[in-house]
Parts: sequence; C-alpha cells; structure tokens
Amino acid sequence: MMYDWLYQFTGSSILAMFIVSLLPLFVFILPFALFAVLMERKVSAHMQDRLGPMRVGYHGILQTVADIIKLLQKEDIVAAATDKNLFNLAPVLVFIGSYAAFAAIPFSGVFIGSQIELGLIYIVAVTGLVVAGILMAGWASNNKYSLLGAMRAAAQIISYEIPTLLIILTIIMITGTVSLYTLSEMQTAYFWNWLILGGPETGIQKILFIPLMMAGFLIIYISTLAEVNRTPFDIPEAESELVSGYHTEYSGMKFAMFFLAEYANMFAVSAIVSAIFFGGYQSPFGYLGSALNLPWLIPIEQFSWFTAKGLFFIFVQMWLRWTLPRFRVDQLMEFCWKYLIPMAFVILLLVGLITVL
Amino acid sequence: MALKTEEMVLNMGPQHPSTHGVLRLELQLDGEIISDVIPHIGYLHRCFEKHCEAMTYPQVIPYTDRMDYLASMYNEFGYAIAVEKLMNIQVPERVEYIRVIMGELQRIASHLVALGTYGADLGAFTPFLFCFRDRERILHLFEITCGARLLYNYIWIGGLSHDLHPDFIRLTKEFIKEFRPNLKELNELLSYNKIFIDRTAHVGVLPAEAAINYGITGPNLRASGVKWDLRRDDPYSVYHKFDFEIPVGSGEKGKTGDCWDRYFIRVLEMEQSLKIIEQAIDQIPDGDISSAIPKRVKPPEGQVYARVENPRGELGYFIISDGSVNPYRIKVRAPSFVNLAVMGELCKGHMIADVVAILGSIDIVLGEIDR
Amino acid sequence: MKTAEEIFNLLKEKFSGSVTEFKTDKPVEPFIIINPLEIDKVCRFLYENSALTFDSLVNLSGVDDANGEKTKDQSGFDIIKGGTLSVWYHLESIKFRHKLVLKTSTDREKPEVASVSEIWNCANWHEREAFDLYGIIFLNHPDLRRILMPYDWETG
Repeated sequence: MMYDWLYQFTGSSILAMFIVSLLPLFVFILPFALFAVLMERKVSAHMQDRLGPMRVGYHGILQTVADIIKLLQKEDIVAAATDKNLFNLAPVLVFIGSYAAFAAIPFSGVFIGSQIELGLIYIVAVTGLVVAGILMAGWASNNKYSLLGAMRAAAQIISYEIPTLLIILTIIMITGTVSLYTLSEMQTAYFWNWLILGGPETGIQKILFIPLMMAGFLIIYISTLAEVNRTPFDIPEAESELVSGYHTEYSGMKFAMFFLAEYANMFAVSAIVSAIFFGGYQSPFGYLGSALNLPWLIPIEQFSWFTAKGLFFIFVQMWLRWTLPRFRVDQLMEFCWKYLIPMAFVILLLVGLITVL
Repeated sequence: MALKTEEMVLNMGPQHPSTHGVLRLELQLDGEIISDVIPHIGYLHRCFEKHCEAMTYPQVIPYTDRMDYLASMYNEFGYAIAVEKLMNIQVPERVEYIRVIMGELQRIASHLVALGTYGADLGAFTPFLFCFRDRERILHLFEITCGARLLYNYIWIGGLSHDLHPDFIRLTKEFIKEFRPNLKELNELLSYNKIFIDRTAHVGVLPAEAAINYGITGPNLRASGVKWDLRRDDPYSVYHKFDFEIPVGSGEKGKTGDCWDRYFIRVLEMEQSLKIIEQAIDQIPDGDISSAIPKRVKPPEGQVYARVENPRGELGYFIISDGSVNPYRIKVRAPSFVNLAVMGELCKGHMIADVVAILGSIDIVLGEIDR
Repeated sequence: MKTAEEIFNLLKEKFSGSVTEFKTDKPVEPFIIINPLEIDKVCRFLYENSALTFDSLVNLSGVDDANGEKTKDQSGFDIIKGGTLSVWYHLESIKFRHKLVLKTSTDREKPEVASVSEIWNCANWHEREAFDLYGIIFLNHPDLRRILMPYDWETG
C-alpha cells in the first residue's frame, strides 16, 4: 500500500518503485547497522564487567560514525595475485544477498517492499547468494586461510538451510500462506493469536501445536544463527584459528560492506523469526491508536513493535555470542545433520498429522 | 590408476593470535586431519644463559624474571634457592613464609592467564575478562609490596628486597574472600559448559607412561594421573608445614590426560593455592627479612641443581660455580621447553581446530622456552 | 631408595670400563663420571634395572669446561684449544624417589657423545640444544639440528 500511495502521490510508477526500494536501505538498514555495531560493543562490554566505548559522543554513541569515516578513507589494498574480478564482486554479492531479503519483510501494516506472494521462499532463495559471495571471497583472496574459512562457511550455511526450510514448510502447512505479510496480518489482536502459541484458530489444534511450535522456534532460531555465522557457529571467522577467515584480505570499504552485511543479515533473520512466530509488527495487547481513535498512529506503533522485537532477538544473539565457546567444524555438522534435521522432520510430520485430523 | 595426493603444509605463526607468543607450528595436513606438527622455536632467544656468565650472582635475578614472565616470583624463588643451597645459607623463617605467599599468589595469577586465554582461543571471550579482572587484584598486591606488576626483582639471595606492606595481609584476606565465589562462577561459565567439554574432552590424550618418558611435569603430568608434585615429593622452603591436596586427573569428562583434565587441574590447583595462602598468613612469624643477605655472593667451587614447582611444571636451575663472583654456567631447565616437545605426539590424528585446543592446554610461555 | 654411593657400586660391577670416577669432594651433589661413548648403555641399564628404574631424565646440559690452553686465533680473539666439553645428566626415579647425577667429558676437537634419546624422549630437545649452543655431536640422534638459533647460523 505504500507503493500505491506513492504512485498516486508522484504519478510515476518508476519513481514510486525507486523510493520504495531505497527507503528501507537508507532510512532503516544503514542507520540500524550503525546502531547494531555500537549495541554489540556496549552489550559485550557490560557483560564482561567493563564499559565499552565511552569517549566519542555521550557514552560513546558516535563511535560507529567515527569507525565508518575511518573505514571510508582507508586505502583499498588488493594483493597482486588475486583474481581481481571475483575479489571485487564478492562483497557486493554478500551485501545484495543480505539486503534483498528485506524486500519481502513487512515493516508495518502499510509498508512492505514488494507485494510478492512467495515471500518466505523468495527470502530463502535470495540469501543463497551470500554463499556464492563467500566462496568467491575465499577463492579470490589467494590465501590458504581464507580458502579454508570460505569452504567451512559454505558447508555450514548450506547445511543449516535445511532445518530452516523444514520449519518454514511446517508453517506453510499450518497457515496455508507463504507471504510474510499475510502471516503477520493473521496474528492480529492479542498475543494469544501468535503462532508460537498455536495460531489464530482456537480449538484442540491450538493446544496441541504449542509444544511443537516452541520446539520449531528453537530450531529455526539456532539454524538462522548458524546461517549468519555467529558464535557458537562462527568457525568461518574464528579469529583465533584462521586469523579472520574469508575476509582476511579485505580492507577499507569492501571490509565495511562485509561487516554491514553481517549486521543486516542478523536483523533480517530476527525479523523473519519474529514475523513467523511472534506476530511480526503486531502488538501483543492492541493498539493505542484504536483506543484513542487516532488511526494514523497505528502504523507508527506497528513499526515500533517490529523494531522492538527485532532488537530483542538481536540482543539474544549477542548474548549467546559472548557467553558460549565455539563449536568445532565437525561437531557443527554433526549437530545439524544428526540432531536438528531429524527433529525438524518429526515436527513436520506431527504438525501434518494434527492438521489433517 | 590411483590418484596422486599430497599433504598440505600449513604454517601457523610466528605471528598468530593463538600461539601464545612467537612460536611457529608447521602442520602437515591431510585435508583437515593432521599427520604431524613440528614446532619451530628460537624466535625469542635472548642468550640468557651466556649473559649470566658476565654478571654477578645478584645481578642475575632480574634476568630470571624475564624468562617466564607470567610467573616471575617463581623464577626468582628457584634461583635464590639454588644459590642458597650452594652457599649453605639459612634464611629466616619470615622470609620463607613470605616467599611461599608470593609464590602461591603468582601461581593463581599465572593460572588465571592460562585459563582465560584458553577460553578465548576456543571462542569464549567473556571468561578471559573475568579472569583478568581477578588477576588485576593480585597484581595490585604485588605492586604495593615491591612496586612492580609483572617483573619484580623481589626475592633476593638470602632474603627479600622489601618487607610486606602494612596493608598486605588485610588486602590478601579480602582478595581470598572475593575470589572463591569467582572460581565457582568460572566453573559454571566455562568448565562445565557442554560446548567447551565437547571441544576439549577426548582431545590430545597423554598417557601417564609417555608423559613421564617425555619429561612432562606440573599440571600436565598430574592430569595424566601421576601424583607427582615437587611441593610434596621433594619439598623446598616451608611447604612441609602446610596441609593441601594434590589434584590428579581422573578422566571425569573424557579420558584421563585429555585437554579437559589439563584445564580442570589448574582450576583445582587455584583452590589449593588459596588454602596454602590462608595457612601461611595465619602462621607467619615476625622477623628481619634482610639479616641473611650476604654482602658479597661468592659461592664455593661446585655445582648444584635445585628445582621448584613452577605453575607450568618443574623449573630447575643447574649452577656451576668456579669460586668467583660470576657464575660459571647457569642452565635453566624450563618446564615449557620440555612440555612443548610432546606436541607432535598429541596432535596426530586430530583436526586443525584441535591444535589450538591442545596448545592452549599445555600452557607454554615462549620466554622460558627460548630463554 | 638408594644413595649415590650404592648406585655407583652397582654400576662399577656391571660397567667397570665405562664408569670412571665418583666425585664427592665439592658441594653440593656427588656425581659419577662416565665414558662418553658408553653413556647410552649405562643409561639403558639405569632405566631398565628393576631396583633402580630411573624413568625420568630431569635435565641434560652441555658445559664448556674451559680447561684447555688459552691462545689467540688469526683475528686476535681469545680462543681455547684442547680441553673438554662436558654433558651433565640429572636422572630421577619417580617410582623410588632417588636421584643421580652423571657427567661425561669429551674432547673439544672431536666432541662425540652417545645419544640417550632412544631411552628418554625428553633428551631429544635437550641434546639438540647442547648441539646448537656447544657443538657437541650426539651419535644416533634422530634429528640433530639447531633449535634455538636460526637453522643457517654459521659458527664463529
């Protein structure tokens, strides 16, 4: 509906499309990535009994701005023996893969980037570009460590897509739709209608779904954690083993793109998980706007709920990173193939049985 | 026709975040499985032993600090004991007690570094900072005593350089009271964490026979099941007056002698050190700390081998004297030098990620390997 | 637990030719002097004998005895010609708690000592260090090359 409104406003479909696609990038994702880097540093610092950045701005708020300015003016060092085309293309692909997922995520009741019916499947498909980008980065760096890191990252991401897909299939079975927008709309009114608590239809089905949905939520949260390469699954960028993994040889703006892509990816998967299980942009208790009879307040509230849920899941991701040690690569694979995938299959079967009966 | 395969040689170091100093490890890999690990050392060789031949005996003490820079008190302790044995000096009891207190505090500080960096190597960044926070308090205790945080020049031949600061005993008691709950916290955060156990149990198993044959000493030997501690089996100073246990590895989470055992022994040893410090503080007598310091250190002709239980193992000093004020030959038997030789054996058949785990569990300091 | 005296008598019976002297005059510990080329046989006996069982080599050090004649070489530097280089062994038995000190001396011009790294793996790196810093050549050592100095370090 944002697109329609803009079309009426500007009278040109191209201009409307342009604005709709650039709006999330500049207004939301880039400022969010700046904020997320700072949040990570402050959260990790307070968990480790220290203070974090304190000097730049009030209690260090402007730290990331200073970092971005520094990265922008750094010399772009490219080693002589690299494959130049792939080397330059890799960060771009990784960033596109992470960012393109935002087209199908509803930010509020009136704003969604694209009205695509295939929402979730589109997202899973487009984040596959990240794997291609990582492999290119590892190969083109002409560095044994980077190659090892890239191969591990590729194996990890591809393996952990399977439990993610299985849980998404389960959701499709329950709700009958793939579009994230419809999914969020379905979970209206109170938190009792959220899919984590069984979904909007009442009845014996809902009660039976609750444990399965909770298990499914855990599985998809863990799998998406592995897809964004966060500890405990951060083997590809394990600093103490491979120096820096597949982005060892990158400097300056290209490194900044990898960095921002990681935080954008983190938010994308948090948003997806909250849209599927926790009602997306819906508020758990009803809207202040409808209580006070101010209909224009509702989209704003929805946007703030969306951001709040996303931030909460990101906080949990950071919490896990600074508490747990790292998995070894074969233990990671074993965990996925021997534990997560069978459990996801079992959940799929059980949900299917319950839906049919 | 068989496919021709080759082993890949991967080089870790000398500059690498987890090699604990300038160590170069040459890994011969078959895919991700290691077939051999060859350590190359010597990047920190400072000709310590030759240097000592040009100095007088007391002038050697700052040099001994700089060998194992994470356990400087113990290096000085060993050297002082060796020269005192050669010259047959009896130090006052107060000096012995203070040396034991400083030594045990140093043992706790050194183990905190070992455990913190071990967790950081494996990806758990938070215990590293918790350990260093506690270590800061110990370094503060050292600072008020002798003015230095890392390299002290405190334990002299025949005595000490300064007596205890008036606040020392009170601050040490406070430290002990606040450290015991932190040890429990460290256990909950790192030692019993399932991911950590998966990374370290059954990895790098060192059987007891091989350990004795390779000359491994210290927590590494005790983790393999051999109950051998120089403080109990070849006592020096006043250790025979204290009541403490010797923790031995038992394969609780995996096999006896694996990385988890070597890690956990150090946690248990910190607890025992706290016990020793408490007893020492209760029993410490009054006295003059500098009454036995000789004006001129000129040992008779002869040779002596004296050893102490460093946090890393058995630190031995073999001193040959020719009757003059300069030592003729000082040979330092550094525990990390001997412990590192077993890397090749331990790493066979494991993966690259395990090399980091095994190296961290052996706990080496390059300063004492290369001298 | 056996004293050094008893061990010396035991060794003298078995290896009368190789075991030369028992020095007790200077502080602190008494030591036994052994022939450099027979040291590995003596050590193997000490390791395998069930009453002695010296299962741990604590220390192995190379020492330059500086007991030759002091002259000057072509560039005018002081050098020593003749005399001996020695290797000191400190052995211990973890089973029986007794200790022993051995010493062997070999000519400076042709410094050859039998290696004991077959018996105790600990000796491997210690012998490499003695070779590196003193030039003592250990016969039958599996991998005798420099350990602390760079591999292509030239002497003199």
